[in-house]
Amino acid sequence: MATHSDMAAAPALPALRENDRLNQADHPSSPFVRFGPDEALLLDSGHRLDHLQIAYQTYGTLNADKSNAILVCHALTGDQHVASTHPVTGKPGWWSDMVGSGKPIDTDRYFVICVNVLGGCMGTTGPASTDPQTGEAYALNLPVITVRDMVRAQAKLLDRLGIETLFSVAGGSMGGMQVLQWAATYPDRVFSALPIAAAARHSSQNIAFHEVGRQAVMADPEWRGGRYLREGTSPKKGLAVARMAAHITYLSDDALHRKFGRNLQDRDKPTFGFDADFQIESYLRHQGMTFVDRFDANSYLYLTRAMDYFDLAADFDGRLASAFKGTRTRFCVVSFTSDWLFPTVENKAVVRALNAAAASVSFVEIETDRGHDAFLLDEPELYGTIRGFLSSAAHARGIG
Amino acid sequence: MNAPSPEVPRNVVRVDLLAIAELVQPGTRVLDVGCGDGELLTLLEATRGVDGRGIEISQKGVNECVARGLSVIQGDADTDLVDYPDDAFDFVILSQTLQATRRPRHVVEQMLRIGQKAIVSFPNFGHWRIRGLISLTGRMPVTGNLPYSWYDTPNIHFCTIRDFVVLCDEVHAHIEKGIALNGNGQRIGLNAPWWFWNLFGQQAVFLLSR
Repeated sequence: MATHSDMAAAPALPALRENDRLNQADHPSSPFVRFGPDEALLLDSGHRLDHLQIAYQTYGTLNADKSNAILVCHALTGDQHVASTHPVTGKPGWWSDMVGSGKPIDTDRYFVICVNVLGGCMGTTGPASTDPQTGEAYALNLPVITVRDMVRAQAKLLDRLGIETLFSVAGGSMGGMQVLQWAATYPDRVFSALPIAAAARHSSQNIAFHEVGRQAVMADPEWRGGRYLREGTSPKKGLAVARMAAHITYLSDDALHRKFGRNLQDRDKPTFGFDADFQIESYLRHQGMTFVDRFDANSYLYLTRAMDYFDLAADFDGRLASAFKGTRTRFCVVSFTSDWLFPTVENKAVVRALNAAAASVSFVEIETDRGHDAFLLDEPELYGTIRGFLSSAAHARGIG
Repeated sequence: MNAPSPEVPRNVVRVDLLAIAELVQPGTRVLDVGCGDGELLTLLEATRGVDGRGIEISQKGVNECVARGLSVIQGDADTDLVDYPDDAFDFVILSQTLQATRRPRHVVEQMLRIGQKAIVSFPNFGHWRIRGLISLTGRMPVTGNLPYSWYDTPNIHFCTIRDFVVLCDEVHAHIEKGIALNGNGQRIGLNAPWWFWNLFGQQAVFLLSR
């Protein structure tokens, strides 16, 4: 009857799949590179990572003068498998309608790279990775990381791959934060930038939602102060609740109403209990349960924290325009009308700052009722915008 | 904005755009307010080598511009010009859009703050045909070139050439140049008096400075 027992009664997670997931943290089923103490990554927190592994995925072919590389930055719960089958869930890549042959980010023309972010759990160093110094998972011993740390790690990978400049950096949500950070930190390495449904800082409301999610994880007795891998437990219930709460913020009232309304789940009348009477409840429980199959709870803490700390203007005396001073990068900012997590007004603040910096910027607000998640969904206007922007930038860059 | 321009024949490069292009110095920074599908910006980049930017209210227009490789922001001339810093551009252009703004005076003032110079083109409601229609029928004119009924037109602030000159005076704008085009797109002689322009100019193009 209660929510938690209901979740426990859900189809049991195949043990094999959980092992698959845990395995990915150290042994990703995608290419990866390693950096040792001589190439340590210095972090915003003041700590340094003496051992760094970066897992990434590529699509298409790098041209002879290495001018056609696009870095796709993934969102909070995404990963490097943009357009290929997910090694744990077996599902298609999270942006497989956007990236591929003949798609808006056309792998016949461009060389696409996607990097699992620092702090992630799909092969790049994160809390689930084994700390070579202890032979145990880092858990909470991993220093807290920032969006700028993620971007610095990506830059190290590109250095290793011999890619000096990126034709474009594109991403939505937390991926859009990385895009903005890239443009601010490495302006000469970014020819064009596509921040989608993003913001130059995480709002108080967004920090609040993240805190609810983190508290749900940490309140799960199986979290064990973050040492669940060592102790053989798994804070699935807490992480599932965190995902359920977060998932609501990715949608919109209109979209929920259109999709579920007050419809009942497999029954004709309410049961007068706390079972999932409503379709929306059942849907959210499903979202929570499937999420824990593929994501590490501590990673969720680290990555939400990184987003909370993101405030691009703070590094420039509070003046966002200074972050883009003198930039020659071509920007295309995209927002969605029903996105209340990263609303148009936040995206427009970025546009305003770019204008003040005399940057080349386009801005498109796409009409949709699908909320923040629209950037992941089949949105023809988004496809048209990205295709057009990249084509014109490719023309300017001399890419055939 | 992209208000359908009531007085301008379609499917040719609009004559007012050519007149505007001639006023823009090559190699300058230009903002086109209400840039529609980017026709003028494309013309200016091709023929005057400008560094062009645009603002356009319709998603369709913005997408067409972005696909053309133009830097265009989805926005509203009435509310979004305040976001631009002073002197950000050499020329700020408002082509066939003035009559569709809610606050034409505010828009012209903002243009002269953002740009060293402003170029405004608009249909002249003082043209003899329009005067004739109103006086003969006693109703708001609806013609092939003015297809909208009064209650659903995007053009909410029509003015005459004389009205616009008065507005320029009120916002202390200096009129550097004024061009009136007749129904065939031909220029009306510079030595013609104001009343003649106001009667026979179907549209006007003004170059303003502070």
